[in-house]
Amino acid sequence: MPRHYYWIGLSILLALLIPYLPNPFKGESLFSDFHVFQFTLVLIYAIALLGLNILTGYNGQISLGHGAFYAVGAYVGAILMDKYDVPYYATLPVAAIVCLIVGFLFGLPALRLEGHYLALATFGLALAVPQLLKYHPLEPWTGGVQGIVLSKPDPPFNLHESLGLSQDAWIYYFTLFVLLIMFWAARNMLRGRTGRALVAIRDHHMAADTMGINTSLYKSLAFGVSAMYTGVAGALTAVAVAYVAPDSFNILVSISLLVGVVIGGLATIPGAIFGGLFIVFTPNYANDISKAAPWAVYGVVLILFMYLMPFGVWGAILRGVRALEKYRKTAKMGQ
Amino acid sequence: MDFVIQQITSGLAEGAIFASVALALVMIFTATEHLNFAQGEMAMFSTYLAWTLINAGVPYWLAFVITVVISFAGGVTIEYVVLRPLARAPVLAYVIVFIGLLVIFNSMAGWIWSYVLKEFPSPFKAFATGSNLIGSHQLGVIAVTLIVLTALFLFFKFTPLGLAMRAAAQNPVSAKLVGIRVGWMLALGWGLAASIGAVAGMMVAPIVFLDPNMMAGILLYGFASALLGGISNPAGAVLGGFIFGVLQNVPTIIERLLNINVIGNELKLTFALVVVVAVLTFKPSGLFGQVRIKRV
Repeated sequence: MPRHYYWIGLSILLALLIPYLPNPFKGESLFSDFHVFQFTLVLIYAIALLGLNILTGYNGQISLGHGAFYAVGAYVGAILMDKYDVPYYATLPVAAIVCLIVGFLFGLPALRLEGHYLALATFGLALAVPQLLKYHPLEPWTGGVQGIVLSKPDPPFNLHESLGLSQDAWIYYFTLFVLLIMFWAARNMLRGRTGRALVAIRDHHMAADTMGINTSLYKSLAFGVSAMYTGVAGALTAVAVAYVAPDSFNILVSISLLVGVVIGGLATIPGAIFGGLFIVFTPNYANDISKAAPWAVYGVVLILFMYLMPFGVWGAILRGVRALEKYRKTAKMGQ
Repeated sequence: MDFVIQQITSGLAEGAIFASVALALVMIFTATEHLNFAQGEMAMFSTYLAWTLINAGVPYWLAFVITVVISFAGGVTIEYVVLRPLARAPVLAYVIVFIGLLVIFNSMAGWIWSYVLKEFPSPFKAFATGSNLIGSHQLGVIAVTLIVLTALFLFFKFTPLGLAMRAAAQNPVSAKLVGIRVGWMLALGWGLAASIGAVAGMMVAPIVFLDPNMMAGILLYGFASALLGGISNPAGAVLGGFIFGVLQNVPTIIERLLNINVIGNELKLTFALVVVVAVLTFKPSGLFGQVRIKRV
């Protein structure tokens, strides 16, 4: 078995233990329900980031508008739960399919746009979606400016009574489960024929075309799959936060997603987790450092990150590991 | 009929501001192939500097000149200190650094000057246009934009420094070989962009009031204008700005004439944006941009 499987197993074990880690100094658990909720958000962002990474990292198409797909996923989930009494777990496949179609359709005109032009088009999409959600004729479904208030689901099989599992902890495990499936699927897709095609298109479009890759199809599909991942993440936020409103899907979400992808590491799968950690926790810590200008601290951290790790956190870790292995090899040869 | 002309002239005046921002974006783009997302916030920061000077009793035009000079120095400094160390980073790393600069300027302005809306004086109130079709400030904004564009055109066409900057942007390696200090030319490009942005900020502030978020939308529309006109062509970008400005008022005019209300005020900029994206899908290099030919 390859060595990195142990690391994956260890990470999953750690993730499973998070709601139950004891605090070494006090009797209670290390993380409160609110902390667990924050970790749930990390996982949700990680799914969205993996989606954006499929498009931007692996296929080389910049999107400043993934907040739009995030919003579509969240609203599909929320409307299904609120208006049609669909159970929360059943909203995810629906959100996935809707976003896959929306993303694929958006990917078709995007075929003609590259680089900055694509950035503008997707940015426009991100601006338009909150406005559409507020649009008066759609109010019976979207709830207009007020949004939709939901309730958090209870753990199944009376686990909250038998195991003392809180609602937040249950949503955390549910999200973790979804994340593992989606990461596994993404890994299989990116390691195989499809992944190679995506990377080939990114690295040399014309060469990929000549090799017989249907570039238009793959590029639109990349958009669709990417939107699907982000949409599932959106539907999970509707479950975890239990509230959706147009203003929580402003342009900042799209920008944070792009920031998360680059901070985590372009074209890497585990980078998404680090990106998620960055998105959720940096604004909080920035607020602790300076109450007056937290975003200035955030900006400085962002720039420093790019100086120190231009290839993202996972890129830096990989480079570190490789350097270490090389050092060991040369040390062995010296003996 | 008056209503239509009013809408068009006010579109032109707003377009003049989009044009200035577009021009600033083009300055940095032609030199570095990067789109500076922090351009709007830099302009906003400069405008606050001007506001501070004017409030301290400095006459308007003196404050104007001082602000432009300080912004120029600021732009050069940012290129030299923040961006130069990144030289070999991937493109998206630049985008992230620009986003970082954006939030830093925004947050600093809110911290120093607070988020309360501030009134900014217009220098064009002194003379009246004698017409109710166009305001004096609107006319002034259009004039200032055209002056800036002419000055830039003369600078790039007829001065040795302008020639050196064009050479450095078009072919850095050859420019270096004939003794042009390419790094400095990039920094100068940043300085110019910051100055143009400062002018745009001071022109827009009397209309939208001064606050740290005033440029957020304007930057996007400047960006759209630049792409519409052709990002490689300064004059095209300015024209793109004017076209975009008028375009956003087209639905209002049509709706008024037909007496309907579908798009309304909130969606009019989104409408313009959709039109721009549609145009770009058919004409990817913009209306007046050079078609790029790639060598394989």
